Amino acid sequence: MDRDLALTESTYYILLSLYRPQHGYGIMQQTEALSGGRVRLAAGTLYGALNTMCEKGWIFQLPVESGSRKKEYQLTEKGLLVLKKEIERLRELVKNGDLIMGVENND
Amino acid sequence: MTEKRTIRKWFWVWDFEKEERWLNEMAQSGWVLIAVGWCRYTFEKCEPGEYIVRLEMRGGDDSYIEFMKETGAIYIGRMIQWLYFCKKAEDGAFDIFSDRESKISHLDRIGKMLEIIGAANLLIGIVNAWNGSFIGTVNLLLGTLLMYGLGRIHGKKEELERDRQLYE
Repeated sequence: MDRDLALTESTYYILLSLYRPQHGYGIMQQTEALSGGRVRLAAGTLYGALNTMCEKGWIFQLPVESGSRKKEYQLTEKGLLVLKKEIERLRELVKNGDLIMGVENND
Repeated sequence: MTEKRTIRKWFWVWDFEKEERWLNEMAQSGWVLIAVGWCRYTFEKCEPGEYIVRLEMRGGDDSYIEFMKETGAIYIGRMIQWLYFCKKAEDGAFDIFSDRESKISHLDRIGKMLEIIGAANLLIGIVNAWNGSFIGTVNLLLGTLLMYGLGRIHGKKEELERDRQLYE
């Protein structure tokens, strides 16, 4: 399961947004809000990423409710695991940064 | 009725960024694209800078167009494999690709198409030239031109790939 690979920022924020059910535009808005406008997902990029993640079994498409045409997605168990592992990896990076660089790094 | 105008113009596939730039210059000067045809662009009068126009190559996929509409993009039309979208500038930045990998796979799609058509023309050209047919020369010229385009696309791709060693 791609244990050694780091997720891209886009992948990370898409997975994070899908902790709760969300449609495409919602993922874009949430990512922009969470990152304070720094990370912006474009629709074509997001569409490709969602398809790839569905194929990998990290997310799944929720049954479409009548009246709404917007497709909603959510994390699978596997996706949740990938996300948790990534958060663990990021923690390690920050911890080691603090360890070597000391507190002045946190100014 | 809103004022319209049609402009005939030709862009090589590998100059798609130039085409997009031109369409945005038109939008900046108050003409937004509303329809595309073979070397034909139809514009409608709009407020200068009201819209941002984007284009991309992608196979026929209606669910993708639906997805784009959901995110607030307006679908203008398509020319074979090329899709044209626009969005109101007041809705914020509008791009189709936001990361390196998706830009690279877009270039891959264009490259693949050039490769197939280019190689087919070279092959047919060689066979025809062998048989002494004039058409063979046309095929060979076209094939060479498309291979040149493929080189241009590869160049753009390499530029993006250079960062891969340093950045996720």
